[in-house]
Amino acid sequence: MDQFTLNLLVVGATFALYIGIAIWARAGSTAEFYAAGRGVHPVMNGMATGADWMSAASFISMAGIIAFGGYDTSAYLMGWTGGYVLLAMLLAPYLRKFGKFTVPEFIGDRFYSPTARLVAVICLIVASVTYVIGQMTGVGVAFSRFLEVSNATGLYIGAAIVFAYAVLGGMKGITYTQVAQYVVLIIAYTIPAIFISLQLTGNPLPPLGLFSNEVHTGQPLLQTLEGLVTDLGFKSYLNQSDTTLNMFLFTMSLMIGTAGLPHVIVRFFTVPKVADARSSAGWALVFIALLYLTAPAVAAMARMNLITTFYPEGTASQPLSVAEIEAGVDSHGNNLDWVKNWVTTGLLTVEDKNGDGLINYVGDKEANELTVNNDIMVLANPEIAQLPGWVIALVAAGGLAAALSTAAGLLLAISSAVSHDLIKGQLNPGISEKGELLAARISMGVAIAVATYLGLNPPGFAAQTVALAFGLAASSIFPALMMGIFSKRINNKGAVAGMLAGLIVTIIYIFLHKGWFFVPDTNSFTDADPLLLSIKSTSFGAVGALINFVVAYVVSSATEEPPVEVQELVESIRVPKGAGAATGH
Amino acid sequence: MADKSSSNAYWKANIRTIQIFLVIWFVCSFGFGILLRPVLSGIGIGGTDLGFWFAQQGSILVFLVLIFAYAARMNKLDREHGVEE
Repeated sequence: MDQFTLNLLVVGATFALYIGIAIWARAGSTAEFYAAGRGVHPVMNGMATGADWMSAASFISMAGIIAFGGYDTSAYLMGWTGGYVLLAMLLAPYLRKFGKFTVPEFIGDRFYSPTARLVAVICLIVASVTYVIGQMTGVGVAFSRFLEVSNATGLYIGAAIVFAYAVLGGMKGITYTQVAQYVVLIIAYTIPAIFISLQLTGNPLPPLGLFSNEVHTGQPLLQTLEGLVTDLGFKSYLNQSDTTLNMFLFTMSLMIGTAGLPHVIVRFFTVPKVADARSSAGWALVFIALLYLTAPAVAAMARMNLITTFYPEGTASQPLSVAEIEAGVDSHGNNLDWVKNWVTTGLLTVEDKNGDGLINYVGDKEANELTVNNDIMVLANPEIAQLPGWVIALVAAGGLAAALSTAAGLLLAISSAVSHDLIKGQLNPGISEKGELLAARISMGVAIAVATYLGLNPPGFAAQTVALAFGLAASSIFPALMMGIFSKRINNKGAVAGMLAGLIVTIIYIFLHKGWFFVPDTNSFTDADPLLLSIKSTSFGAVGALINFVVAYVVSSATEEPPVEVQELVESIRVPKGAGAATGH
Repeated sequence: MADKSSSNAYWKANIRTIQIFLVIWFVCSFGFGILLRPVLSGIGIGGTDLGFWFAQQGSILVFLVLIFAYAARMNKLDREHGVEE
């Protein structure tokens, strides 16, 4: 059986499974659509949160970015896990006690202001839509490869499937489907990693393999890799090249963005008790850590395999020739068909610039003749390592599971913000349940159309686009939630001013570097030479959050105290006792 | 609803716990992984230094321990102050 058929079979089988579960658990009422009743066990909820959380950015993109960025990109690893500590201690238990369905509902009630709720809806939509753009980028990469079509065609097909899938079920359907998707994605991520770790280090556990000796040289794997990349003139894998300031702010943006993302927070509204909200965050991180502890090993090993594939005799000898790549096999009999397959997608290019018949893969941009899009590394990894066909098919299925599950969760957050917070909460409180569900589905459709359009010319690799979304959530939603719980003094005016200041400053900083509304070539600065100090647009969320805190504090201090009943609300969410089931109204 | 003084004491104890845990959270990620990496550069591990290990692996393990420790500690505080569900 050829690889293409195998891919179709494995991906098709997993899709049939998700759709089957979605139909079986179809949401009937609005309560089920948003929050799956109350019966979700913390471990199950943790697994579903893991799938919801780990998107195309984590699965497809992150290890590729680390493979080419080395130590500098550790911010992704620390940032996307450390946020759960904040979530467990600073937000989740109190929001569960509050007991409503959506983040804007809390902000609207705590800051006793429809304006605050409206601003929260806007922040949520801006962050979530940016996030979906990143997912669509990943979906495009995955579909283009396994259907062997161009990146744009892959994106259209992916968008159609995400739409059909997200519209079918609400949270209840999605929770059970996401448990299945978690299982598929974690198996798909770890199996090739185990194979490759065994090949390179003899250690079956990739996180340990990363710090073990390489079997051929007997030297530590990371030392061997460091030698290869520096020999070829690439930047060091182990040393820091980025500034400490940027690395610090980037890690901080990702952490507080994690704790401020509405589609993650909403998960903790669905556990039975306040105590479960705390342990749910822990279980979510257990399931996330399985992938995040594997990712740096995947990154280092993929980079090493890429180099040794193109330099089969070592970096001191000749690289692969154009003839070998065209023949699809090298002089040692290794299969090179994967190179041609990725060339089809346009995400990998080989060009013999100096006409010497060889493909020189070197750090010098002028002389380099092989370009590899970061986002293909995880998907291409098993092919590069010459693993069996079923493993390659499994990785394709896993990448799609990751992208689909997160896109669906985000679309749900967007649609509930529009239909529940905006239409039912503000514009038309008398809307019927049916009308609310229809509005929810229409807003999903609009969000996906916008994301697909922008996904054709994404502002960065999947994980970078997603990092921008985190910056936006970090600067707007997280500070408002935290101050709402930990301060009784912050009032409606302070919260609104803070959220607007944080969001607007951050979004302007991003647009200045990435183009207005992410339209290419409308930017005034680049992340290579940013506006302020060395702060890249992906790292600015932490600064935006600080602005949000300061503005909210100053404005609140200058204006009146919140009413007594709001101060009582804050007292009541601080203690678990008396938490009932959540209500929507 | 618990009486006011017991929920105040409960909240104070919670804040103290959060402060201690956040210090550990910060030191093990931003500290060892980024700011203090040069200080730890003498300690080797698997072909690199301890700072690299914390940045790519150690911090995640610490985060896991922190959350479950916090959950356990709060369950105890909930009972001690009579505010559990």
